[in-house]
Amino acid sequence: MTEPLAPPPKKNPQKRTLTPLLPPATRSRAALGLGVMAATGRFGLQVCAECQAVQYPPRDACVKCLSHDLPWQDVDPAGTLMAETTIRVSPEPYFRERMPWRIGAVKLDAGPMLNCHLHGEVARGDTVRMALKLDRAGQGVLIALPLEGSDVMQDDPVLRAMSCDPKHRRVLISDARSPVALALAEALLAAGAAHVFAGEPEAWRHWPARAAFEAMEDVSLLPLDVTDVSSVQKLSAEIGGKVDILINSARFTRPGGVLGNDTTFARDAMEVNTLGLMRLAQGFGPGMAARVQDGTNAAAAFVNLLSVQALVPDAGFGAFGASQAAARSISQSLRAEFRASGLRVMNVYAGPGEDDPWFQPAPPPKVTPKALARSVVQGLVDGVEEVTCGDVARDVYARWQDNALLLERELTGAGA
Amino acid sequence: MRRAPYDGVVLTAPVSVPYVRYTNETAHWWIARALREVLKIIDMTPPELDGLSVSSFTLAPDTPVGLTQHLGLSPRWLDTVPMGGACGVAAMRRAARAVQAGDVDVVACVAGDTNRIDSFRNLLSAFSRFSMDATFPYGFGGPNASFALLQDAYMAEFGTPREAFGQIAVAQRANALKNPQALMKKPLTLEDYMNARMISDPIGLFDCVMPCAGAEAFVMMREDMAVAKGLPFARISATIERTNAFPNDPIQLRGGWAVDVDELWQMAGHGPEDIDLLQTYDDYPVICMMQFEDLGFCAKGGGAAFVAKHDLTIGGDFPHNTSGGQLSVGQAGAAGGYLGLVEAIRQVTGTAGPTQVPDARRAAVSGFGVINYDRGLCSAAAVIEGAGA
Amino acid sequence: MSTAVSEVAAALSRGTARIVDLTHTLDPDFPVIVLPPEFGQCARFRMEEVSAYDHRGPAWKWHNITLNEHTGTHFDAPIHWVSGKDVPNGAVDEIDPGAFVGPVVVIDCSDGAARHDDYELTPEVIETWEAQHGRVPKDAWVLMRTDWSKRSGADYLNMAEDGAHSPGPTPAAIELLLARGIRGFGTETVGTDAGQGMHYTPPYPAHYLLHGAGKFGLQCLCNLDLLPPTGALLIAPPLKIKGGTGSPLRVLAMVMA
Repeated sequence: MTEPLAPPPKKNPQKRTLTPLLPPATRSRAALGLGVMAATGRFGLQVCAECQAVQYPPRDACVKCLSHDLPWQDVDPAGTLMAETTIRVSPEPYFRERMPWRIGAVKLDAGPMLNCHLHGEVARGDTVRMALKLDRAGQGVLIALPLEGSDVMQDDPVLRAMSCDPKHRRVLISDARSPVALALAEALLAAGAAHVFAGEPEAWRHWPARAAFEAMEDVSLLPLDVTDVSSVQKLSAEIGGKVDILINSARFTRPGGVLGNDTTFARDAMEVNTLGLMRLAQGFGPGMAARVQDGTNAAAAFVNLLSVQALVPDAGFGAFGASQAAARSISQSLRAEFRASGLRVMNVYAGPGEDDPWFQPAPPPKVTPKALARSVVQGLVDGVEEVTCGDVARDVYARWQDNALLLERELTGAGA
Repeated sequence: MRRAPYDGVVLTAPVSVPYVRYTNETAHWWIARALREVLKIIDMTPPELDGLSVSSFTLAPDTPVGLTQHLGLSPRWLDTVPMGGACGVAAMRRAARAVQAGDVDVVACVAGDTNRIDSFRNLLSAFSRFSMDATFPYGFGGPNASFALLQDAYMAEFGTPREAFGQIAVAQRANALKNPQALMKKPLTLEDYMNARMISDPIGLFDCVMPCAGAEAFVMMREDMAVAKGLPFARISATIERTNAFPNDPIQLRGGWAVDVDELWQMAGHGPEDIDLLQTYDDYPVICMMQFEDLGFCAKGGGAAFVAKHDLTIGGDFPHNTSGGQLSVGQAGAAGGYLGLVEAIRQVTGTAGPTQVPDARRAAVSGFGVINYDRGLCSAAAVIEGAGA
Repeated sequence: MSTAVSEVAAALSRGTARIVDLTHTLDPDFPVIVLPPEFGQCARFRMEEVSAYDHRGPAWKWHNITLNEHTGTHFDAPIHWVSGKDVPNGAVDEIDPGAFVGPVVVIDCSDGAARHDDYELTPEVIETWEAQHGRVPKDAWVLMRTDWSKRSGADYLNMAEDGAHSPGPTPAAIELLLARGIRGFGTETVGTDAGQGMHYTPPYPAHYLLHGAGKFGLQCLCNLDLLPPTGALLIAPPLKIKGGTGSPLRVLAMVMA
């Protein structure tokens, strides 16, 4: 059975912080497809378009008929664990530090044999549920999970290393004034977060929800303005070593297409949504990256709350859409720059928010703060990189993956 | 019988260059030492050598082609056999047909590898596409975990106790103590085997070979040339080979030999009971046991009972891995695929010295190689005969 | 030969006269006026290092700064308001520089402001002051002291559900000051108008009437409690911005020591 994860003791200030190590990271191009599945929380493999044979390990021609048409598709994750071993010796530094390490051979009902990581609650002979998760190198790896795990199955050390679970971790929400911040703080604490730091910009302007934050246990309001580099530096100097998860909720939204407008609001949107993100990453990123292997409350993830307009802008939101696209591009650069540390960058895309005044005229379905908070927490627990919250985001993202140029034409008014 | 016999060609000049644990020398260096030795034995100079077969994991960035220029050779027949532990038998059966057909007269078959401190780790990470994508990232760190999975399933399927594997290792160590070139010098008891630390459950320390540097070689030659030179030689009675056999077996509980075993003994003209010694590929005792079963020495799942019933030492009723095998001699990369065949040539020509099985004339040699993802892909076996002492 | 100017300079050197700084430090946390969200907002003050004796510039340090013309302690020119858009020489670069140095009187409303956030400067308050200190001089700056500059955080803007609550002049008060021929009007709050100034007729009377008459404004002043009611000299030159509607500036007063 899984040992429930105990809250970590206070960090020993005399001990050197461990350098984050990564499991082997090199993959062939075909195998990177596993990472795409893991990043989006799916279990999928190549399935031959001609003979339907499911392929594993990923390859360049069908193992049954030699077809090269091998699209990635969702596959039934059920399988049987046929053999297991506990590795006690390894030349790989990452695994050497984590001995003993259990791995197994699973016969997937859909066909292939899978060598995989094992959750502590599965043993030879069990029917298992396979999952693809991002390991600390950011690569998609297989893990065999129990069909019905215990209440604390998330605390299994193998699974926790593939997760950014907020349990026992300290979270910084960059802008407490965001309409989603309160629900987010509540959801994080309910998920076991040890503490929530909430950034408060412009304390010289009253805001009604402030009292609610002040009343919460394990929540601290601290000054933070993502448009002010000295503010970011000051807070990161103060609490940077204690931020395990950073959720950037800062957002500037104004309606307006590109034409018929000036660039004043566009500049504000870029300043908050794009440059603000850069400042947060510059201020807090290196400290977080250094602490990815720092025990139970190691640094785990940098989270961006993005509008689905990051993929294609809505008509009438030209500057805002641009700032979201730019923020998404920054997040891609951050993923590459954080790769060596294992710090996860998670993007959560949502359509118009229920409590977002700038989308008041937009028709339903809209996303409530509670729903967004749930998506953020679940995404952290699942350790994914790309999350869509709500019907609008899910739909747009799927269409964007399928054919981005077609989506652009659909959303910019070219269709009926 | 559609397989042609191996008339007119013989095996001679078995050479084992003493292994070392770690070296700064290259694979080129080790292979050259073996080649020099065989050329001395067959009394030929490098320019006179018209055939070469090379197996090596650590020649990069060279292939055997670059090796020819490096060593000043100009063969009219060049082969490279990347089949790991099956490379000895595989190299032999290719060279034999070439000599038979007259495409070449003398083929030096050599396998050699270096072993620097980081050789093993570097080798693993780039061993194969599937190991890079589907085993190395899981902490496998080498074949140990893959064979551990195999042995776990095998033990569960057939109820084989660890002691049975231990008996194989113990007998091989007893043989190795007679081999001055074996790297392992200490006696091994069954208690030592059972109490040793686990490497990857259920594989323990004494189930594992020790990677090292070294080289092994032999020569494939026209029979009339060997006779003229007065060289002791062995003939090939039968060979089989298979790659990626039984691809739909979920776990590899049987190897490719099971596909062609009947053909092996048919071609040899006798059954398994008629051989005087067996050399199996022993990267792990569980694989030895699989070879006992798949080569027809016992039924599938009967390996434990077989081992309990027989004495596998040189002086016993079923001499097995008479030089100590890789488990006790060391695994010098691809040379591990030659070790059993080279020792078998010595045995059936009566030139094995301290490890000689009395009156040995017939030997069966089995190879198994290239663990790729979750199973060993190459298997090969041969029966050879000599005049004895 | 000494002149009035050289005597002033000498008095400063001797210490008989001294300079009082009436300016808030420009820093990122200083409040700015907040308008309804649909409208363009006043940029907050921001500083970003370009280099700091490092690889970005080895022997020097400098910053880029971002701000609005009306960020921090600042000057309002006539063209800032719609009523003054056609005033000749109404931009900061066009105003005669002589206007930037001149006499200043301070009307102390600090008691009233302490009792009531929406304290109003009325003609009665002005006339009571005049009874004590003489008529408000022609061409003088008039500053409304409220000690509001001593407030910090959210108490400075003092925004409630119905907008800001801070002291300021009534339309009649401004009309009286205009009748006195003042040069300009200044306050310690974020605007020359009261927090609830939108509810007067005209709305925002200080801006509307002063700038319509070609007069100037000063905001976010401090240390007005260090000035005498009359007799000080105000120095308040804005930046020479082409077509500028105002600028942050250093506001100084010269007083007897």
